Amino acid sequence: MPRALIRSLRETAFFFGVAFFVILAAFPFYWMVITAFKQNSDLYDVSNVPFWFNEPPTLEHLVYLFKETLFARWLLNSLIIGLCVTGITLVTAVPAGYSLARMTSRKGEALGIAIFLTYLVPPTLLFLPLSRIIADLGLQNSMWSLVLVYPTFTIPFCSWLLMGFFKALPPEIEEAAIVDGCSLFGAFIKMAIPLSLPAILTVVIFTFTLTLQEFVYALTFVSSSSQKPITLGVSTDLIRGDVFFWGEIMAGALIAALPVAIAYNLFLDRFISGITGGAVK
Amino acid sequence: MAAVLTREIVKIFGEISAVDGISLTVPDGEFMVLLGPSGCGKTTFLRIICGLEQQTSGDLLIGGHVVNDIPPRARGVAMMFQSYGLYPHYTVRNNIAFPLRTQRVPRDEIEKKVQWASQLLGIGHLLDRRPRQLSGGERQRVALARALVREPTALLLDEPLSNLDAKLRTSARQEIKNFQQRVGLTTIYVTHDQIEAMGMGDRIAVIDHGRVRQVGTPTEIYDDPADLFVATFVGAPPMNIVTHNGGGYLGFRPENFLPRDMIDNGAATEFSFRVDRSEYLGSERIVYGVMDGFESKQPITAKLPPAHVAEESIRPGEWHPFAVKNSALRHFDKNGHRASRH
Repeated sequence: MPRALIRSLRETAFFFGVAFFVILAAFPFYWMVITAFKQNSDLYDVSNVPFWFNEPPTLEHLVYLFKETLFARWLLNSLIIGLCVTGITLVTAVPAGYSLARMTSRKGEALGIAIFLTYLVPPTLLFLPLSRIIADLGLQNSMWSLVLVYPTFTIPFCSWLLMGFFKALPPEIEEAAIVDGCSLFGAFIKMAIPLSLPAILTVVIFTFTLTLQEFVYALTFVSSSSQKPITLGVSTDLIRGDVFFWGEIMAGALIAALPVAIAYNLFLDRFISGITGGAVK
Repeated sequence: MAAVLTREIVKIFGEISAVDGISLTVPDGEFMVLLGPSGCGKTTFLRIICGLEQQTSGDLLIGGHVVNDIPPRARGVAMMFQSYGLYPHYTVRNNIAFPLRTQRVPRDEIEKKVQWASQLLGIGHLLDRRPRQLSGGERQRVALARALVREPTALLLDEPLSNLDAKLRTSARQEIKNFQQRVGLTTIYVTHDQIEAMGMGDRIAVIDHGRVRQVGTPTEIYDDPADLFVATFVGAPPMNIVTHNGGGYLGFRPENFLPRDMIDNGAATEFSFRVDRSEYLGSERIVYGVMDGFESKQPITAKLPPAHVAEESIRPGEWHPFAVKNSALRHFDKNGHRASRH
C-alpha cells in the first residue's frame, strides 16, 4: 500500500476514535441543554425526533425554577456549603499534606496510608454513626450538618493529593529559606504554599465539585426544602410521586454544572505548568 | 565572620551513626574542605553546623558561642546547597534580598547590598530574571550572592560545583577561591572531588564513616597521609600499597615509582616490576603491573613522564628494575595507621 494511503487511513481511524469519546462525553450534556429549553408538549410527544427542537425553544422551565421552587435558595445553600467545606479542607489538608510529605520516616508513610484508607469507607456505611453525631450536636435537618460531614471525605483525599505534590517539591528551597532566616512555619508559608498553588487550586476545584455533587449525606441529614443543597432539591422537589419535571430538572442541572465547567476550563491549565522551574538544577 | 569549632559531634539516624564524633576547628577566615566519599557523613555534618539537623551529642561553637540549641536563622551562617535551592517564584533580585528581608533590614540598605553582591559576582544584569531563565553557572552565582549578601559568620558550601560541566567547574573553582580570599570569609566546603579539595582548601579534613581521618594542608594530606584510607582516597591513581614485613604496609605514590636509572642519587629502594599494561595520556603515562615479592589488592601503578622514559624500560610482559626514593616511602602498621617517619 502506498505510504500516503496508510497515513490517511491512520488519521481517519484516529479521528473516529477521538470523535467517539467526544460524543460519549458530550452527549449527556447536550441532552441536558436541549431538554432544559424544550417546551413540555415537545418533550412528551413520542412521535417527535428527540434529538432536536420540534417546537421553538422556551425559557419556561427556568422561570418556573426560580419563581415556583426554592431553586435560588438551593443554589445559595450549595454555594455556602461548598465555600465552607473548601475552607475547612484547605486549612486542614494543606498543613497535613505538607507534614506527611516531609515526615520521611516509615511512621509518616504509614500515617499517610491510614489517612487515605479513611477515604475508602463508603458514605453509605458512614452515615449511620455520623447521623448519631449530627443528632447529638443538634444539627439534624440543617445544611450545617453537611458542612461538618463533607470534610470527612474531602480532607483525606486532599491531604493525600497535596502530600504527593509537596513530595515533588525540592526540600532545599525550604531549607534555604530556613538558613536565610525563616522559621519552619515561615518557610512553609513563604515557599511551600506559593510554589504549590497549582495543587491547592486543584484541591479547591475538586473539593467544591465533590460537595456540589454529593447526594447520600444530604438526603440522609436534610429534609426541609429551605435547607437543601441543589442536588437534593432538584431531585426531590422536582420529582413528585411518579411525575418528573424533566425540563426543570435539566435546567437546574445545567445551572449547577456551568460554574464548574467554566472553572475547570479557565483556571486549571494555566496554573499547572511552569511554576517550579529553575529552583534546583 | 567567625571561627567554627565542633567538639565530638555525633549524629545517629535510627541505628546508623552518620557522624561519629567529629572534632574540628576552623579558624576565622580559613577555607576548610571536608573531603570524603559519598555517604561518609560530610553533608550531615554541614547540616548540623547550619542547624538543619540537630546533633545527637557534642558541642558546636560559632564565634566562641555555643549554638547547639540556637535555630538556624539565629546562627548567622549562610549555606549554598548542591542544587542551589533558589526561590523559583522570586526574581534574582528578590532571591538575593530574601536573607536581608527576613532580618528586617531597611529597604534602601537592602538595595545597596543587593547591588554590592550582584556586582561582586557579575550578575547585575540578571536581577529581574527568574531562576528558570538562568544557566547553571548563573544560578550558582545567584546562590553565592544570596549566601554572601548578609555577610554571614561562616559560609557553608555543599558540593556547589557538582551540577556544572567540567569546563565551567574549573573557572567556578577559581571564582569561589578568589572571592573567598578577597572577602576573607570562614568557609566550609564539602566535596567528594579531590581536585576541588586540593586546589581550593587552605586545609582539608578527610572524612570516612563519620570520622575525621586526617586534617591538614593539601601538601600534608598528599605527602603524609595519616592512614591507608587517606593514602588511597587522595591521589589519582591512588598511592600504591603493598604488604610488607608481615602485617605492615608500604606505600608510595605512582609518580615516585620510576625506572631505576631515572633516580640519580640518594638512597632508594629497588623493586622488580612487571609491566602488564600502559596508558598514554599525553602529559603522562600510567603503567600498571605487579611487583615481585610483594602483595597488593590493586595493580601497582607508575605515573611516568612520557618524554623521559625509554620504550624498552617499560615494555609489557617483562620484568624491569624500578625504584622508589627512600624519602618517598611511607610505612603503615598493620592497622593501617601511619608508622613513625623515616
